[in-house]
Amino acid sequence: MEMENAQPLDADIVCTGFGPAVAGFLWTLTQGLQKPEMAGVESRALPGLPPQVVCYERADDISFGVSGVVTRARAIRASVPDLDPAQIPLASRVRGEKLVYLLDPWGVTRRPAWMRLADQLCRALSGVLKLEHEGLELPWIPPFLHKADGFIFSLGQFMQWTGQQVMMTGLAQIWPGTPVAGPLIEDSRVAGVRLAGDGSEVRAALTVVGDGPVGPVGRQIDEAFGMPDGHRRDEWAVGMKMVIDLPEGCTLEEGTVWHTLGFPEPEIFGFLYVHPGRVASVGIFVPSWMDSPVRTSYRYLQHFIQHPYLWRHLRGGRLRSWGAKSLLESGRRGEPFLAGDGYARVGEGSGSTNVLTGSGVDEAWLTGALLGEAVLELLREGKPFTRENLEATYVARRRASWLERELRMAERARNGFQWGLLPGFVGMALAGLTGGRLAWPRRGRERGVKPLLDYYAGRLSRSQIERAQAQAAAEGRPLHDVLMDLCGWPPVEYDGRLLVSHQDALLMGGKVQAPGEFPDHVIFRSPQACRACQTRLCIEICSGEAIHAAAGGDGVPGFDREKCVHCGACLWNCPAANIEFCAAPGGLHSAEN
Amino acid sequence: MNYQIIVCGGLAPDPLQTLEPVFDTVNPSLRNELMLPFVFDPWAAHALYEAGHLAKQRPGTTVRVVSLAPKAKLQQVMMTVAQKLPFELVALDGPGGGFTDARAVAAALAEAIASMPDLDRARLLLFGGWESATRGAGAVMQRVAERLGIREQFLAVDELSVAEDGSLLIKERIEGGRHQISRCAGPPAMLAWATGSLPEPPNHPQTGMANMRVILPALQKAKTVTLAQTAEYLRAALPAAVRQTRVVKDVPAAEIARELAEWIRQ
Repeated sequence: MEMENAQPLDADIVCTGFGPAVAGFLWTLTQGLQKPEMAGVESRALPGLPPQVVCYERADDISFGVSGVVTRARAIRASVPDLDPAQIPLASRVRGEKLVYLLDPWGVTRRPAWMRLADQLCRALSGVLKLEHEGLELPWIPPFLHKADGFIFSLGQFMQWTGQQVMMTGLAQIWPGTPVAGPLIEDSRVAGVRLAGDGSEVRAALTVVGDGPVGPVGRQIDEAFGMPDGHRRDEWAVGMKMVIDLPEGCTLEEGTVWHTLGFPEPEIFGFLYVHPGRVASVGIFVPSWMDSPVRTSYRYLQHFIQHPYLWRHLRGGRLRSWGAKSLLESGRRGEPFLAGDGYARVGEGSGSTNVLTGSGVDEAWLTGALLGEAVLELLREGKPFTRENLEATYVARRRASWLERELRMAERARNGFQWGLLPGFVGMALAGLTGGRLAWPRRGRERGVKPLLDYYAGRLSRSQIERAQAQAAAEGRPLHDVLMDLCGWPPVEYDGRLLVSHQDALLMGGKVQAPGEFPDHVIFRSPQACRACQTRLCIEICSGEAIHAAAGGDGVPGFDREKCVHCGACLWNCPAANIEFCAAPGGLHSAEN
Repeated sequence: MNYQIIVCGGLAPDPLQTLEPVFDTVNPSLRNELMLPFVFDPWAAHALYEAGHLAKQRPGTTVRVVSLAPKAKLQQVMMTVAQKLPFELVALDGPGGGFTDARAVAAALAEAIASMPDLDRARLLLFGGWESATRGAGAVMQRVAERLGIREQFLAVDELSVAEDGSLLIKERIEGGRHQISRCAGPPAMLAWATGSLPEPPNHPQTGMANMRVILPALQKAKTVTLAQTAEYLRAALPAAVRQTRVVKDVPAAEIARELAEWIRQ
């Protein structure tokens, strides 16, 4: 690594990560700085110039974010009143919304008895119910799930558009391909950041921490300053999606939104959104409370798109893009200290995702916009970015916002899933329909991953599982694949267009790359901990098959950073907290996710 | 001696993107071109890295990039390129891509260069890629040089060195996989680069910040360029491709070749 000339850089505000939260912040700040009342505000780092605002993004382009976004866009529209989806590729208004219960067409999922009974009832009453292609369109969508009058976005395209608009003001610089290694903490104060790569320090009066739930800056600040009492980050999900060119003659209309439940496993929720130009985003969420010790999201995603309810529209389509990310689903319970001396937290890493409405982008944007307003106020009044001042401006705005109200409603919405699937659904409905006043009580201990034998009890014997383990090791396949085959899941017949191998999805869809000059960013801290590990969840959950059983046989998994999509799922799946997940560039090179 | 190096370079879609030509005889384009991620054209990037290398060796040498591309995309790409080495930018806001007419592009670039008030032909080295990743016609740089009256032109350059007497030693690729080394008395000269021999410089945030102080104003005053379209396209299509991928590490070349041969046979 080149270390020459690594002189400290001085800025007024440094932002880490260019996601929707930092976009909302930079949008609000740069718009505000152009107003007459801000004319006298100048940089303290470079006197005589406007405030120096820089943002460092790990990915190689500002458009390489991942999210399936259907949003009511209340905060985004408040910031951009004349928002015209025609200006943003792949953006559309929501025109039709369905909540669909997907039956198990092949009798292979791990449905509880009540759900199997529900499937049978649905089929028996198919003449009365609106059952089509093994999907039951529910007659009513709870208001808290509605995205009516909202927008469908490609997050990558939305970020590209907002980034271009922000940079065109000339008041902020967004640097892609520039990962931030961690914060500079001096005397309990965040004094800026240290960049990965050449190790440069960037010193700033305010550090805006928006590097997401697995970002190193947020995690290191949590380690240094702790979390508020009772707050924990213990609920997660992997979101994995495809962007698909729909086949000629497909009747799905632009603006269509489907939310699904029931398949490919009862715990896995799914979505389909139709963009302009006969393009659809289709994806699933695999939650941390799913007790499977083997849960390869990609195989599940392939079965999801082949469910008859979706496949009738998707068959003959072509994979345009693919990607995956971690979602922090602890909601407000995962909220860290929102501000301290020299720093403020925004976005998903600040606990802004609403787990009841399944909405995070607009909420993240709002946190950034509120911080933007607060910073403009402090700049105008010439006040420093101290904890007290940030709490009086940013945190106070956040506590008074609709975000806070709705996060409190959602705070206990998912407690039931810690007990089981049915309590989970009931708990969500209770919380959603009573505004959070009623909710399922939280369990004393978290629902964890089961041992393999327990998880497959009644379906596979010990000897079958042992043979599967040997076969997976010999063929270099994920264990999950072999076990799903054994459980009767149909083989995936690759067509080379939409149904492709996981590795093809990395290249055809994600266009995954890793620059040469950086070291491995996933590190297994203690070899002993890896050797003692029974589940090897890091291998099974890895969204890109980047973590694998190494050929050397020393018990420590191998890591191919060329395949890593930086989803960070290994970090929260490791039962021994034995993984160091560092900042690095590279990963997805698709702008359509 | 120091030089005034001018690097001509446009943008190209990120190399792994799936491109789909939309056939139109008058205005052919790529489907969803606006949303594709772009990079600085890889051939021109080699030229830029060589320019930076020469500038380091020759104090007083300046590097200036002249780029014709949609302004918003150019700004986005500059946030990466600007971290590589110090340079100034002359931005031309106009269409880019593989369907633009080489003659019109060359005219716009040459005009922008000729109108530089401090242009010093006695120190001028005109750099660019020997072709572009968007089409590979390999016609623009020679046309720019002709329009600027630069007679010393070198194509598919892989190496440049400066002799003690100030003459330029230029290694070009020629037919048959061989190289030819020419001696040129000195500037002005045009060098259209092949790959050169330098790796991509790592990102250097300080360089980026310093560059932006001149690049941002240059982008803000980018001149709008309209290109005359004289060519008529009869057909545009991608070659049919079949792919099946395994990403592996540390596999011997012979083993990869054996697997490929087996795959093709199947």
